[in-house]
Amino acid sequence: MADTNYERQNPAFYALIALLVFMSIGPVLLLLINSLKLDVDITSGAGGLLFMPTIRNYETALCDILWYEPEHLRFCTIRFGGAFVNSLIIALISTALTLIFGCMAAYALVRFKFMGRDSLSLSTLAVRMIPPAVLLVPVFGLWNNSFCLDNDYGVGAWIRDTFGGRGDVCLAGTHSGIILVYVAMNLPFVIWILQSFIVQVPKSLEEAARVDGAGPFQVFFLVVLPLIKPGLAAASIFTFRIAWNEYLLASALADRDTMTVPILIVNNASEFDGLGTILATGMLLAIPPILFTLFASRQIITGMTAGAVKG
Amino acid sequence: MTRQNVSRLTPYMFIAPAALVMILALFYPIGYMMWGSFRDWDPSQSISETEFVGMQNYVRLWMDAQFWESFSVTLIFAFTVVAVEMFLGVGLALLLDRNIRGMSVLRTLFILPMMIAPVVVGLVWRYMYHQTYGTFNRFLEAIGLEGVDWLGQNPLLSVMIADIWQWTPFIFILSLAALQSLPRSALEAARIDGATTWQQIIHIKLPLMAPVLIVTMLLRLIDAFKVLEVILVLTGGGPGLSTEILALRIARTAREFRELGEAAAMSNYLLVLLMVLTLGMFAFTRWQEARARRLKFAAEEEG
Repeated sequence: MADTNYERQNPAFYALIALLVFMSIGPVLLLLINSLKLDVDITSGAGGLLFMPTIRNYETALCDILWYEPEHLRFCTIRFGGAFVNSLIIALISTALTLIFGCMAAYALVRFKFMGRDSLSLSTLAVRMIPPAVLLVPVFGLWNNSFCLDNDYGVGAWIRDTFGGRGDVCLAGTHSGIILVYVAMNLPFVIWILQSFIVQVPKSLEEAARVDGAGPFQVFFLVVLPLIKPGLAAASIFTFRIAWNEYLLASALADRDTMTVPILIVNNASEFDGLGTILATGMLLAIPPILFTLFASRQIITGMTAGAVKG
Repeated sequence: MTRQNVSRLTPYMFIAPAALVMILALFYPIGYMMWGSFRDWDPSQSISETEFVGMQNYVRLWMDAQFWESFSVTLIFAFTVVAVEMFLGVGLALLLDRNIRGMSVLRTLFILPMMIAPVVVGLVWRYMYHQTYGTFNRFLEAIGLEGVDWLGQNPLLSVMIADIWQWTPFIFILSLAALQSLPRSALEAARIDGATTWQQIIHIKLPLMAPVLIVTMLLRLIDAFKVLEVILVLTGGGPGLSTEILALRIARTAREFRELGEAAAMSNYLLVLLMVLTLGMFAFTRWQEARARRLKFAAEEEG
């Protein structure tokens, strides 16, 4: 049979595929459906798929940024809107920084020979295995003590000059503090993925540009970067996903005003009233990654396979 | 002169921002943690005020039955989960490696679970595991069986199932990619020689996929030691210590017991464990490559 034709399979095969699809998206659908139900309906299980969808849970969750006051609410207890904005700020800025720093470093590691190159590329690989939990203690300690803005020497002073703060004394409890950890945590991965894309850029193109008088930075930004767009897309999705979903380090560093959505969910997950509300916040947190998956799945898969197969 | 200096400095200029951030927020903290693990350290103190206690934190942990409990839970969790995921993922890849319509849609749907926040995964699974209104028990009761106390009686199993649900697709996608990049000629030759499907899988497909599979397994194993949020939301480490993996115990020691020194020592134990695993894997792949090269060399000599 020619390759262009699709093979016909027996019905059991299609049944298996249907089952797998059901298993993989079932829980997500369950989350969506239950977030549209009233608490009573969730716990009683009445109706199954036949129910009146209500956006009341979403109103409760988003009460602090809604322009009207939902009539079923007397107080706005969950401050989801603020957390959502925090999550967005932190995830977007840290993704941007990681990508800029990461692709520059990856380019240097691939294209230039210089002292310490091998040990550098080995150490980026090695730090990939560090679990966030290991960083918890030192990050908590440093961000609260040594990296404080009232330090007039060393690292503290450098941080103060470079990142600034919002009048806080320490890096802990600021957006920059959390962003800094995320950038550091994601860099090894991004460098690793981008290396495998940069290797494929033909050297002759760069040499041609250099002959025409372009400096190394011009070559990099005008010639190399446009060519590794798919790699950048993949890397940015992965970085965004980690920064968006991360809980542990953010919970150690964030205070009331810089709280991100995962922290909010964990803090409220133990409360028994408001099951629907917490499912609604979960759904809202899941929406950006779901959108990425639906619209950029090819980039995600390229990124995944580039990381493992070529690395 | 200056021009040459600039060109020699170029690579460092490209590296500098990344290196700076990583030194500041990754290597320095790790060193700081190692230093702190030899100290009696309370969260309210800055590290210079703390007392040096030598190996005391390490010794106390070594003697601590609860620490070893967590340690073994971590190992059991990571290895079981990765073994099952490899089996299912590779199996599904072998099964679904066919030329069918809509494969890209399927892959999109399969990667959905991994993209969703672990916190949300924990939330959904906790709902599904719930004893009275959870999906699983409702289903069991609907077909006339008794409900199971998932998170109370079988906590570790429940947590593992959730993780397997989330991460089997990762292995599936990677092995499918590996399968589809296999040289067609080898498979064709085997088919012409009359190899059965099983023979093709065992003697040709799996050996050729092996390098990718090993890397995949290593990546997944490292990630399995990073799992925390799903378990935190599902069981919080309980009941008892049955699902308290090391990462969770580190967080608890630091936050609830306020023993930063001990948590740092525990982090070091975890790091050493991961280091041993990673190095072991590296050594294994090196050894395998060397063996493959030797075999090839021998074959060429004979030929």
